[in-house]
Parts: sequence; structure tokens; C-alpha cells
Amino acid sequence: MQIARVIGTVVCTVKNPSLDGRKLLIVQTLDAELKSKGNPMIALDAVGAGVGELVFWCRGKEASFPFKRDETPTDCTIVGIIDSEQHVHRK
Amino acid sequence: MLLARVIGNVVATQKNQRYEGSRVMLCRQITPDGSDMEYTCLALDSVSAGEGDIVVIAQEGWSASTAATGKPGAAIDSAIVGIVDYIDLLPEEK
Repeated sequence: MQIARVIGTVVCTVKNPSLDGRKLLIVQTLDAELKSKGNPMIALDAVGAGVGELVFWCRGKEASFPFKRDETPTDCTIVGIIDSEQHVHRK
Repeated sequence: MLLARVIGNVVATQKNQRYEGSRVMLCRQITPDGSDMEYTCLALDSVSAGEGDIVVIAQEGWSASTAATGKPGAAIDSAIVGIVDYIDLLPEEK
């Protein structure tokens, strides 16, 4: 799992039927100092996240577990919204 | 998942039988603002995407296999799962 910032949304009319009603968001992964790391990617939303929010995502087969796990095609899912930047505690 | 532009497809007469009836599309990853990136990959089509379409690709075996063939367990690691209409980006990310 990694911290990320939601930086945009993707709208698809034509999509796999298992993704109907699901929200696709563009996330930019951040490092521990909350600086951008790597390229933005697309994540499926499982928690009602919105643009601008600090979130964390999970990758792999486990990414489909919040949904119908055997049907939903996703490799990256937003599984939590971090309350604020001040809620990222580090030494 | 990644954003990509469909830049073509490949035709293979001899292929794993689970690929029968599917189209294998050649895709190039793009940034959210639409510029090409280095990475290209092959992905099975599950949404009737065509050349030039901007698409969302899932790169995980179970998901890709289920999306493209309806059943898990095929030797497929990438599938096109959506055709992008438009992208909304935060102004400071453009």
C-alpha cells in the first residue's frame, strides 16, 4: 500500500460491465515526505474519495477484494482516505 | 491500472487456446495530459476498443483473465477494461 494524492478523474462510458457504477480516479503516488514519486496511475475507488484528497491504495489481486472479488477487474484500488497531511505521522 | 492509447493490434494464428476469439491490442502508455510514454504492452480487449482510443488497462492476472475471457486462470496479464471519454485533472497537475 502507498500514500497518494487524487489528482483527477477518468470518465469511461464503455467499460467492463463489472465496473459499472464504479469511480476511476487518477492518483499520484507520494513518498513519506508527501512528494510525488513515479508516474500517475488509475485507481478504482472503494471508499468515496474525491479529487485533491490524500488517500492510500492497494495493488494486485487484493485490489478487487473490496468489490465482487472474482469479477471486478482492477489492479489498484483506493482503500482509505487519510484525514489530512497532519495525520501522516513520521519521525 | 494505467492509461494507454491503442496503437494497433497483433494477429497470431498459433496461440494459447484461451485467447481464441479475443483481440490482442498493442498499447502505448500515456500521461493523463495525453503525451506518449516509453512503455508499450499487449492487452486483451474486453470492450471493443479500436486503434486511436484512449483506454484503461488492468494489469493483474485474475482481473485481466476474467475481464477478457469471462473466466480466471488464463495466461493473460493485461486487459483493456474501459474506453476513456475524458479526463479531468486538477489545474495544478496539468
